[in-house]
Amino acid sequence: MSAVRKVAVSSLLLVLFSTCFVGRAHAIPAFARKYGLRCSACHEAWPMLNYFGQKFKDNGYQLMNDRDSPIWQNNGYWPVTMRITPNWHRESTDKVAVDQAPTGQQQITAHGFDVGGLDMLSGGTLDKNISFLFVLSSDENAAFHFESVNARLDNLFGSPWLNVKMGKFELDNIVSEKRWLTLTADGGGFQLYHFVPVGDSNFLGQIGDNQFGLEWMGHSANDRTRLSASVLSTTDGNPDLPGSNTYTGFFAGSQAFELGSLGTQRVGFYAMVGQAPTNTLTSDGVPIAGAGFGNKTFSREGFNGIFYLKKLDFQVVTQHGSDDAYFGTATQVGGPTPLPAGARSAVWNGAFVETHYVYNPQLIFIQRSEWIRMSQQSIPGTPSNLGDIDNYVIGYRYMPIMNSRAGFAFHNEYSWIRQRGTAPDGSDLTSSSLMLGFDFDF
Amino acid sequence: MRRMTWNGSLVLTAVAVVALCSLSFGQATKAEEDQRLGMESHIGKLTGHAAAAQGTYRRYCVGCHGPLGDGEGENAQWIDPKPRNFTLGIFKCRSTTTGTLPLDSDIYASLGRGLDSSNMPSWNPLSAQERADLVAYVKHFSARFVTEKPGAPIEVPPKPEVTADRLKTGQAVYQKVECWKCHGPTGSGNGPSAATLTDDQNRPIAPYNFHDGTRFKCGTSDEDLYKIFMTGLDGTPMPSWSDNIKPDEAWDLVFYLRSLQPMKSKEKEIARQIGLKPGAPSAAPAPSPQQ
Repeated sequence: MSAVRKVAVSSLLLVLFSTCFVGRAHAIPAFARKYGLRCSACHEAWPMLNYFGQKFKDNGYQLMNDRDSPIWQNNGYWPVTMRITPNWHRESTDKVAVDQAPTGQQQITAHGFDVGGLDMLSGGTLDKNISFLFVLSSDENAAFHFESVNARLDNLFGSPWLNVKMGKFELDNIVSEKRWLTLTADGGGFQLYHFVPVGDSNFLGQIGDNQFGLEWMGHSANDRTRLSASVLSTTDGNPDLPGSNTYTGFFAGSQAFELGSLGTQRVGFYAMVGQAPTNTLTSDGVPIAGAGFGNKTFSREGFNGIFYLKKLDFQVVTQHGSDDAYFGTATQVGGPTPLPAGARSAVWNGAFVETHYVYNPQLIFIQRSEWIRMSQQSIPGTPSNLGDIDNYVIGYRYMPIMNSRAGFAFHNEYSWIRQRGTAPDGSDLTSSSLMLGFDFDF
Repeated sequence: MRRMTWNGSLVLTAVAVVALCSLSFGQATKAEEDQRLGMESHIGKLTGHAAAAQGTYRRYCVGCHGPLGDGEGENAQWIDPKPRNFTLGIFKCRSTTTGTLPLDSDIYASLGRGLDSSNMPSWNPLSAQERADLVAYVKHFSARFVTEKPGAPIEVPPKPEVTADRLKTGQAVYQKVECWKCHGPTGSGNGPSAATLTDDQNRPIAPYNFHDGTRFKCGTSDEDLYKIFMTGLDGTPMPSWSDNIKPDEAWDLVFYLRSLQPMKSKEKEIARQIGLKPGAPSAAPAPSPQQ
């Protein structure tokens, strides 16, 4: 396998890996217990928020009544929730490099009973208008990390336009990947939120990853208008300042409006602009944390929207992404190899449409179609479609238990993904996932 | 042995009768409610349809108010105060006279505003149409909305300018109609009757404490406060005082009550300037409120 192929396959695996283990979260019966509301009050289908749930979140996990402070809770109340998903799943990849295969590659299919990671969530208010959230996530081997750790000052000076949050948090994506409804390895995450072009070395621009930073967020009293701006450490949410002293900005805004009996529609935008190191100082060959240098620029921007047609809703996200030529060619500033001749920024465009048919609050059907297309490869002469992704997901969730104490869902989903030119032989790489699981939280 | 069998049969029969009665009562209630699914609401230009709100009610409301609207949802046991029993057709927040049905716009306003000091949140994130549909759905639970029309809304005269004299008069009204018996001499909700108060379903209920700064149950504006004591909060011990307090005096009482609240206000400032302190209860007997 050529070096480029190895990088390509590694990139795809990394993307799949990162989407598999980006923390799911955020259906929190602890809130339901506090306020005596059903899951369905805040969740279109847990964990996906509806407008009421979004407003609750934007208010700092408060209903904005006189019972938001924890002082009103019984002493025994502890705002903790756990979520886990035992499941059976089948993973199939059509071209895997295999030593024993005559052609060097063959299809590999694995299936069996398994378990997803565990999420432990705690969130709520420390006092009126001071809220917090931490999410401790594990992989299936119980290796934990902090997915979210933040505190938020809400409604400063009595204004919903002044909310300040610091810590590690989900970026203000109105189409949230943290409250996604899909769980398979191939379709569990939004490819667009984690896309890295083939051969690109910048893994710090993923808008789907929780990040360390400071966020200002403001919204109108009815939450129809939302704006936010964040300054983030360019570490992709990794602790201990591993990169250089660089920062990334993330900006988002949206406006909702009512369309008669069809429902409430929302349209918005987002933009991420940042710098990240391409090289780092070393000690005995080991990178020194925080000593990155040779910073270069990347950006992600796009539009999003949530559109309701009665029981049918569509979530739409577009993205135009760009990585500096040094990232696109995995070249280090001041490194052993110079920037290849003619190298230029890696540029791509993508979009996805996720559709939900909410038969009732306990049964939801899901599809997502996602497409990413490279519009400019960093190295001239590279096949124009190398790294392009097509991803399709269908599934349903049936939630027989959905009260103010616990949620239980039977989840069934199938996903299929193809990335152009990334198989060991340079052809397209295709994989699929099938999953049946018991997804529950309490 | 025979006697025991006879007794056993009696018990079994009694249990069966009770069970059948309960079942048939429940079915009749549900059937009657279903017949009222054609109920509409009219709020401004909006027309709400009860049938259209079945899913919305199931999603947002059923956990507390229950599938039959009787306030016996799965969460009701944990909630204080208890969720409203819609089948009774009795509503606290109205612009209509006491004992009458509310206007559609009254229920619509309660849905959008939420009720402080309770678990009822503001449902403003729902669209206007969804809320209008829910109003119709709430109405369909009670046969009263078929047999009766909403009461006439009370007239709220234009608010006069607040003055020191009006504040003093308001304080006198507070004493004359004995608001202090429940709300306390200083308006702290600790009057001599406070501990004994119950609602119409015999559940303990606390009078409003003007000093804690929370929103009134039925609104935030001076006009809302005026309506609260002139219409009364049906289903609670708070009566209507419309027969005992003249409109001009009612505004004076509004001003005085505002001066008790911790928030900055013109009333509070004037009270401070004239040294007006929450007064001791007078010995004068109070007029009977309208029930």
